[in-house]
Amino acid sequence: MSDDAVKIPPAVSGVGGWLDDRFHGAKGTRVLMRKVFPDHWSFMLGEIALWSFVILLLTGTYLALFFSPSAAPVVYHGSYTKLDGISMSQAYQSTLNISFDIRGGLLIRQIHHWAALMFMIAIFAHMTRVFFTGAYRKPREINWLIGIGLLTLGMLEGLFGYSLPDDQLSGAGLRILFGVFEGIPIVGTYLMFFLFGGQFPGTDIIPRMYILHVFLIPGLILALVTAHLFIMFHQKHTQMPMKGNTEKNVVGQPFFPYFLLKGQAWFFFIFGALVVLATFAQINPIWLYGPYTPLAISAASQPDFYMGILEGALRMMPAWEINFLGHTLSLSVLIPGLLIIGLFFTAAAIWPFFEQWATGDKSFHNINDRPRNAPVRTAVGVGVICWYLILLLEGANDVIADRFDIPLYTVTWIARVAFFVVPVAAYFATKRICLALQRKDANMLVHGVEIGIIRQLPNGEFIEEERPVTEEERAILESKQVIEPLPAPEDVDENGVPAPAARGPLGFARQLANRAFTETAAIPEGHGDGHGPGHEAVEGNGHGAIEGGEHAAIGSHEEQ
Amino acid sequence: MSETPEEPTGPRRVIGTPSPAPKAVDVPAEAGQPAFSAEPENERHAKNAERIVAALFVIAFLAGVGFIAAYVGLEIGVGQIPKGANPVVAVLRSNVALGTSLTIALLALGTGSLIWVRHLTPNIEIAEERHDLRSDPQDRKAFQREFAEGAAISQVTRRPLVRRTLLLATAPLALAPLVLLRDLGPLPATSLRHTVWRKGLRAVTLGGLRPLTPADISTPGSLITVIPEGYQNDDDALAKAGVILIKFAPGELHVPTNYDGGTLVSTMNWTIDNIVAYSKICTHVGCPVALYEQTTHHILCPCHQSTFDAANGANVIFGPAARALPQLPLMLTSEGYIAAASDFTQPVGPSFWERG
Repeated sequence: MSDDAVKIPPAVSGVGGWLDDRFHGAKGTRVLMRKVFPDHWSFMLGEIALWSFVILLLTGTYLALFFSPSAAPVVYHGSYTKLDGISMSQAYQSTLNISFDIRGGLLIRQIHHWAALMFMIAIFAHMTRVFFTGAYRKPREINWLIGIGLLTLGMLEGLFGYSLPDDQLSGAGLRILFGVFEGIPIVGTYLMFFLFGGQFPGTDIIPRMYILHVFLIPGLILALVTAHLFIMFHQKHTQMPMKGNTEKNVVGQPFFPYFLLKGQAWFFFIFGALVVLATFAQINPIWLYGPYTPLAISAASQPDFYMGILEGALRMMPAWEINFLGHTLSLSVLIPGLLIIGLFFTAAAIWPFFEQWATGDKSFHNINDRPRNAPVRTAVGVGVICWYLILLLEGANDVIADRFDIPLYTVTWIARVAFFVVPVAAYFATKRICLALQRKDANMLVHGVEIGIIRQLPNGEFIEEERPVTEEERAILESKQVIEPLPAPEDVDENGVPAPAARGPLGFARQLANRAFTETAAIPEGHGDGHGPGHEAVEGNGHGAIEGGEHAAIGSHEEQ
Repeated sequence: MSETPEEPTGPRRVIGTPSPAPKAVDVPAEAGQPAFSAEPENERHAKNAERIVAALFVIAFLAGVGFIAAYVGLEIGVGQIPKGANPVVAVLRSNVALGTSLTIALLALGTGSLIWVRHLTPNIEIAEERHDLRSDPQDRKAFQREFAEGAAISQVTRRPLVRRTLLLATAPLALAPLVLLRDLGPLPATSLRHTVWRKGLRAVTLGGLRPLTPADISTPGSLITVIPEGYQNDDDALAKAGVILIKFAPGELHVPTNYDGGTLVSTMNWTIDNIVAYSKICTHVGCPVALYEQTTHHILCPCHQSTFDAANGANVIFGPAARALPQLPLMLTSEGYIAAASDFTQPVGPSFWERG
């Protein structure tokens, strides 16, 4: 450190010294300031969720200053004259007042609602990125689970939030919630009577949702977000496969000042985008819906998008119900309302462990996979996305039927069939595409990059000119890690005992999964000037590829 | 338990004596780690960037002033705006003014910060070593030993009686919070099986609270929502007791049938003058069924599109609802008004476990 080159302002030495006397912080903070954060556009998705959450806390606190969480009836005589003389709850009245009598109240309300949508969209996008790049692999499984917890809490928080104003639309949503949970065997009616303080709608649900929405759930989210960030910080962020990036290093710009400046810019952009939406894109105009009354309903009642798959599943489900021994098992509610979403969360939670079990891969991963290099994972991800989108679209089947002039029942039938067919088709198509892209990569390593010039040789033959891949391209192309297959079932050791992994039905399932996971594109043989390292990386085992990549990276590092 | 002698790291401090004076430490400049230079690569470029960033920050300042001006200058609310002005227009105007100024301020700050970090700060990239996350084997061993030692010292492992009685003691206390939740609401008991309808209770219109005679619903194909008289302000009652009356042309209404206690009973005598009454609460998840197609006699729930055939006992013909809409037996009061002949003979609304 050439201290003489940098002038240290007295404030830093003075205040810093005062603090360091008390907290011994200089050494640790110094390390933190130079902490490296890898850069990639997709690493900013989670940050959108973080900043949206900050904005939600700020705007939510403001709204709570004016909102009255009470179902007590009042007669409205306020600024929105179309509802003059109408009986409504205090919750609805105070939401009208926030919108029409508090300056900036409408703006803050709309920022709050848009920020909630942005929060959920960002979580989904971030989760998708983490999934497709394999960033959840060892040692980051716990953070993946925390992320799923955050997604669940975010959905609940949003549901309670948009139900609070007690307007016609949100009341219908609560009626559906009551109807779905009522169907749970044995405990369903009890759960709902306790939550609602009796029969639907009652007067307890609004203050109860309020305390959950403004205190308990945000507190849990805040705690989990903190843990999520600290774990990320402690384990260091993953990085994309690039020249100079290895499993043993982390390359990027230091936290101070780069990340602070970038984080500041990103916060202002996200806040700005939310304010644009809140200003020009009306959201949840509760004054148009009117106060909740139990016998009114409007067509095309849809929840916010993150609840859309539940709505779609409910609409898609055929009427299945089992009556036995004086009890009713309402499958037409339980399967779409609880089972499908439960399946989604459970599958997401066990996926990292399933993948480890199927591949036998217990090594640390700090370099992200390119989606094509993990065909099964990518294909499963695309299948789940298709499945999710079908449910989401079916949640708006009445709007689709109306806009596209398709009979309503036809839309539902298409969705019912697509629910089973499309994800499977998407799985196989994606897997093939991934393998084809791997083959393309292998070809590039062997032959180089086609540069678009076709030359005619003296003998009349046409050839396309190619250039060898650059070091940067090579580092990316060679990032593929080949998974070694588990011992095949017919493998026996010297005593004739089959490999333990292959025994029993579980062993058979593992072999099956392993075969799928290890399918990989081989490099085409017998084609001229294969470069040694490229060849090795594609055809050799995974360790070879990692070590090769590392050597290359270290070598290039030393050259600098 | 073996005692492991440890090297004393320094002189033992006697309580009450001052702490040893801090030792001056020389921190040699770390070899190979370059000092970062704040000098930009291209001074002219940086100068331009500086001007743009500063301009953007000035814009953000002006927009922020504009936001405060819009707040102070644009009143909203009936009491504040001039008499006769439209309060909705006032709100929208205020919203656009506040939102636009805030947008400009935030996006100018964002753009300025971005240009700052992209064009003013030199592009420095460093590589940091990743340390193994797993601890040294010795540390792990030492941790395990010390943990086991601590557990043994605490006697938890050695005295199962204490351990088990402690667990026993905490069990009811852990349940206590759940027990405390019991009074959140009443038990369901049979409340989901009944509505407020009873013999002779008149049906009144939802809007005007007007009792109806069969002559009021003389046009075949019309559908009207009615509620029990006197319950218009009781949302809990209305959420279950809403009823739709449908008038049929003679011969259109097929003899509705219903199972009652396992025997098929004709319920034609539940209707009056080709007027039939069904529960308005969908048997799927409880939305009010509201859409009625006159020609096909289909009742559609707008929430999840369960479709019921009104001419045939409101049986389900499409969608996720598993049961027909319960039918309310009708009678005429001595004054000739439509009234309930009894409560529903089966629970209305969504299925639940105890329903049977």
